[in-house]
Amino acid sequence: MGITCSPLRTLRPLRSSLTQVESPRTFPGAVAPQRHYRVDADGVGIAVNEWGDERDPVLVMVHGGADFSRTFDVFAPLFAAAGWRVVAWDHRGHGDSDHTHLYSFEADLRDATRVLDAVAPRRPVAVLGHSKGGSILTSLAEAQPFRFRSFINLDGIPYRRPGPDLPEYQRADALNTEITGWLEHRRRSATGSRKPGTIEELARRRAQMNPRLSTEWLEYLVTVGAREDADGWRWKLDPSMRMGGFGPWKPEYGLFRLAGLGVPFLGVLVGADEPMGWGTKSHQVEKWIPRNGRLEYFDDLGHFIHIEQPKMVADMALEFLGAPA
Amino acid sequence: MSTVTLQHNRIELALHQLRPATGEGHPLLLLHGLGECTPTSVPHGVESWQGSIWGLDFTGHGESTIPVGGGYSAEVLLGDVDAAINHLGTVTLVGRGLGGYVALLAAGARVDAVHGAVITDGPGLTGGSYESSVPQSARLMDQGQIPDPYALHELSRDVRAADYALDFVQYSVANSELAEPINVSALYRPTWLAEVAAAPGVASLPLGDALNLYR
Repeated sequence: MGITCSPLRTLRPLRSSLTQVESPRTFPGAVAPQRHYRVDADGVGIAVNEWGDERDPVLVMVHGGADFSRTFDVFAPLFAAAGWRVVAWDHRGHGDSDHTHLYSFEADLRDATRVLDAVAPRRPVAVLGHSKGGSILTSLAEAQPFRFRSFINLDGIPYRRPGPDLPEYQRADALNTEITGWLEHRRRSATGSRKPGTIEELARRRAQMNPRLSTEWLEYLVTVGAREDADGWRWKLDPSMRMGGFGPWKPEYGLFRLAGLGVPFLGVLVGADEPMGWGTKSHQVEKWIPRNGRLEYFDDLGHFIHIEQPKMVADMALEFLGAPA
Repeated sequence: MSTVTLQHNRIELALHQLRPATGEGHPLLLLHGLGECTPTSVPHGVESWQGSIWGLDFTGHGESTIPVGGGYSAEVLLGDVDAAINHLGTVTLVGRGLGGYVALLAAGARVDAVHGAVITDGPGLTGGSYESSVPQSARLMDQGQIPDPYALHELSRDVRAADYALDFVQYSVANSELAEPINVSALYRPTWLAEVAAAPGVASLPLGDALNLYR
């Protein structure tokens, strides 16, 4: 039997542009990044934003799933004012980073190392991750601990999959429903595009994921996280990406890694249930907090705690981080 | 051998027809192992199949697209198989190694279109486990080659969790018209596959006997 394995089709990234235009909306305390540039992550262009003096010590901020680095427009300047050079990037397929062919958690980890190599090669830095960003950093801290100086995790400690607990006979049915929905999406996604709308319409759509955030903030987010086409605004998030997901991954994998962290750790959890949150409670995870770590719990705040209460969270984080130098 | 190009999201997949039908019956779709590609002729063990015989080059393999910057998972390859099913209609699947695992996923995900899935030995059968799956981020220097080095790196470590695999078995067995819609012909059985082979509704026949059941 003969075998031919010849290269035929190698594609370049599908969209490679760094769009930074002045926002038509403002929001109290929101400051556009002082610097923006691209880092090449194995052929995928990753858009990086920075706030603060570039001579200051680096504080890395990693956004969550379906978000983008400009969601730190209010939060990051509070750290820049305290003497930190805040570095945040858009995950592949998010914000101004390239849309590409495949997306995975491991690819996000690899992209993170490319940015860290660019801004702080082989040098430990302070890091802060929100939601999925916290999970990315937890995994990276195990794989490459030499990159970490201290670690803040904002509601990014999954304990169990969201949704109801199902008996075994129903679990396979639920998985099949999710998979067939994903496969149908994959059959259509090659030519899909996000639905256009006005700033107000996109903000209303996002409010379904961010029900506790103000309309004023969500409309501001549209102007920094969407692009304006001839027929309206569209979120920049790659339309081939889909919320949810399935696979052999289990939330507890992250917990096991958390226990092994070797740098100072601050975990923050919240009590208000939201569509984008994990719903993790303190008592579920406190035994996994490393010896040099601490856990703070805010019963009346939601998953986007750093947007709901930026000053309070920044003050807590700055106290934890100590002096930048 | 003729080739059809299929679209799976932004990937162009090469689906090869190795042989037209010689009699009655639905197509047989061959899924190669990790780092392999579709053979150019009908491989040993499936010659007696009377329907047409096809082989699919997975993403990053053979004549299919090499994605930029990796990001592979077995679930992406399941999407590849779904694109082939969308073109061919009802099929029987024979998978080598990684292709066998993906065949199992497809048997559970597309019960109505998969008339039996046979898992055979081959590269990538074992996969990774959580314990061995510390995330890696080494720069791979030989990008752009076939097969894609990111495919080799990521798919060799793709976690195989027995309970996850058994969910696919359970759905397939509960909803298939076949009494035993999954067959494990592999001699080597890593933990996940041993549990699959022991599950109700899973046969352990040699390849030829399994194909006789699925004609």
